[in-house]
Amino acid sequence: MRNEIPLEENLNSGHLACPGCGGSLSMRLALKALGRKTYLVLTACCWSIIDGPFPYSAVKIPLMHTAFETAGSAASGIRAALDILGKKDITVMAWAGDGGTFDIGIQALSGAAERNEDFIYSCYDNEAYMNTGIQRSSGTPWGAWTTTTPESKGEQKKKIMEIMAAHRIPYAATLSPAYPEDFIRKYKKAKSIKGTKFMHILSPCPPGWKTSSEQSMKLSRMAVESGVFPLYEIENGTKYTLNNPTADFKIKPINEYISMQGRFRHLNKEQIKFMQENVTSEWQRLLRKLKYA
Amino acid sequence: MKEVTTGNHAVSYGAMLSRAQVIAAYPITPQTQIVELLSNFCATGKLKAKFLKVESEHSVMAASIGASLAGARAFTATSGQGLALMHEMIHWAANGRLPIVMADVNRSMAPGWSIWTDQNDSLSQRDTGWIQLYCESSQEVTDSIIQGFKIAEKVYLPVMVILDAFVLSHTSEVIDLPDIKLVDKYLPPFKARDMMDMKNPRAFGGLVTPDFNFELKYKIQEAMNQTIPVAKWADREFKRILGRSYGIIEAYKCEKADTILVTSGTITSTSRYVINQLHAQGKKNVGILKIRMFRPFPAKEVVAVLSKAKKVAVIDRNIGYGVGGIFCQEVKAAFGNEKKHPEFFNFITGIGGRDVTPKDIQGIIDYTETHKKPKEDIIWVGLRK
Ligand SMILES: Cc1ncc(C[n+]2csc(CCOP(=O)(O)OP(=O)(O)O)c2C)c(N)n1
Ligand code: SF4
Ligand SMILES: [Mg+2]
Repeated sequence: MRNEIPLEENLNSGHLACPGCGGSLSMRLALKALGRKTYLVLTACCWSIIDGPFPYSAVKIPLMHTAFETAGSAASGIRAALDILGKKDITVMAWAGDGGTFDIGIQALSGAAERNEDFIYSCYDNEAYMNTGIQRSSGTPWGAWTTTTPESKGEQKKKIMEIMAAHRIPYAATLSPAYPEDFIRKYKKAKSIKGTKFMHILSPCPPGWKTSSEQSMKLSRMAVESGVFPLYEIENGTKYTLNNPTADFKIKPINEYISMQGRFRHLNKEQIKFMQENVTSEWQRLLRKLKYA
Repeated sequence: MKEVTTGNHAVSYGAMLSRAQVIAAYPITPQTQIVELLSNFCATGKLKAKFLKVESEHSVMAASIGASLAGARAFTATSGQGLALMHEMIHWAANGRLPIVMADVNRSMAPGWSIWTDQNDSLSQRDTGWIQLYCESSQEVTDSIIQGFKIAEKVYLPVMVILDAFVLSHTSEVIDLPDIKLVDKYLPPFKARDMMDMKNPRAFGGLVTPDFNFELKYKIQEAMNQTIPVAKWADREFKRILGRSYGIIEAYKCEKADTILVTSGTITSTSRYVINQLHAQGKKNVGILKIRMFRPFPAKEVVAVLSKAKKVAVIDRNIGYGVGGIFCQEVKAAFGNEKKHPEFFNFITGIGGRDVTPKDIQGIIDYTETHKKPKEDIIWVGLRK
């Protein structure tokens, strides 16, 4: 099989991510796919630290740090400037965490998507506010421990992909750094499409998930295989394509994925069963969308 | 070209003549007409700009920052609640050293809901690192937007051009619309000093440790210091090329004045009317100091004018709760280390859009002339008690 991962590196070593950070590997892959003709917008999140302090920067492309809730709006401004200055060939990518996307930044994101602004919006979802020390977000899954859900989170994870699909943007996809070919292909596809593209990346976080750093890729794979985080694409908000590597539309049980993570350690059998039922029903819902799209 | 225009449309003309390239905007009374006309200019090709209809003022400023950092000349306008919502990004624009120009139509802050004028919205942003110019007439508004870009692009600080709601924003007067060719001569295309650039990829606005941050903030103060001579130069150049000038402050009929009124915005025009009448009657001991540039505060220039007076009446259409009028605080602070200073009287009036009439101004003059010292820290004018 031909290796489809570009050799080009646009993320230097020496950045400040924790070992096993899914967010840094995801950025590395995204920048390989997009290349150097890319302007990057980063909101407040782990990545505002990962890139390094002034005067350093770990990426080889121009980078604008911006306020927590402004990925969608700041990227819109850059796009407008590039268009009026005749630099239409530059790709703009906004990059934000789940907090910056599901919570505080959803207004600016929704505004940009409604206007169908021409940029790629990437959400690396580590399922909590990690920069500030593991607080729950609306992207945190049911049952997870965080410092602000000291017992267990009682609410379900927000269905961000459905929200984005409801905007009928030309392209939305889920991605996992454990599937680099799929990852690269999706970013290349996003780059070739005009309008708002939304990339939802599940990004393991060893300190936040209470996992050991060498297990991040295994966890990523298990999230996909168990249907906790299936890989799919949505075109124009309605056409769903499943890219899950699982055969025959089958998913594996979530038990092992859950048991490997300290943030779920407190859950009893009953609760894990409840989680499994949820994952299964969401999976079936996704399959129905595939059929009827 | 002569044109009958409102203060709001004077803003739009200023932005059009300055050839703004990216305009992000969100409607709010009393600013709305500004962006409506600009959107019309963009739609009809009168102005070659990207008009971004974002979903909030917070996004307006974030988008303007992005546009400016990517190398475009960015303009916007807002008012009251909108300006307050932007606050986080107001800091960001100045700390990011981005030469954005924004008009603010002064609007009283809620609650209760008000669409009428007072200066508490813009003055709440006084310590953010924005240059502030308060305008008196539609002509001054158009000219200040153009001058604003000239200053901003020289010192790399954003500029806020401020006008009173309704009293100026919605009243019409004849203005002289400058010839765009002359404006082009005055204001060449924007060439950013630092910007996002593929040939020189850098990161802007990232984590800055105590090891550097102090110096970055120091440089903003340095730029503020530079702003006073730069603004004077920009005003002189404007005179040379476009034939008008305003000064950063204006001493009006102060030659023989022992009492000087300190004013800003449209209260200046009302005061001029009263002073003109007094002078015509031969009473020449009262003059006006109009403060056009509030940030940076031109302390030296203010002291030079006011130190000749025995009494100074500062008229504030704003209030720093717990202290008093904000212009008055600044004027007093300007005299901080001077051995001698005039007696200061602080008048607060016109809050929430209440009319300030020639009679009110006359009352202020009478009070000041008949009292050796003010009886109260704040003298309220037009207040129903
Ligand atoms: C307006 C505002 N509120 C709060 C913060 C503090 N803050 C910075 S990053 C962050 C959490 C980010 O969470 P997420 O977007 O999920 O990214 P992660 O840190 O997990 O990578 C918070 C709360 C801020 N920078 N700005
Ligand atoms: S805390 Fe988590 S998301 Fe943040 S750098 Fe470390 S591993 Fe990455
Ligand atoms: Mg997060």
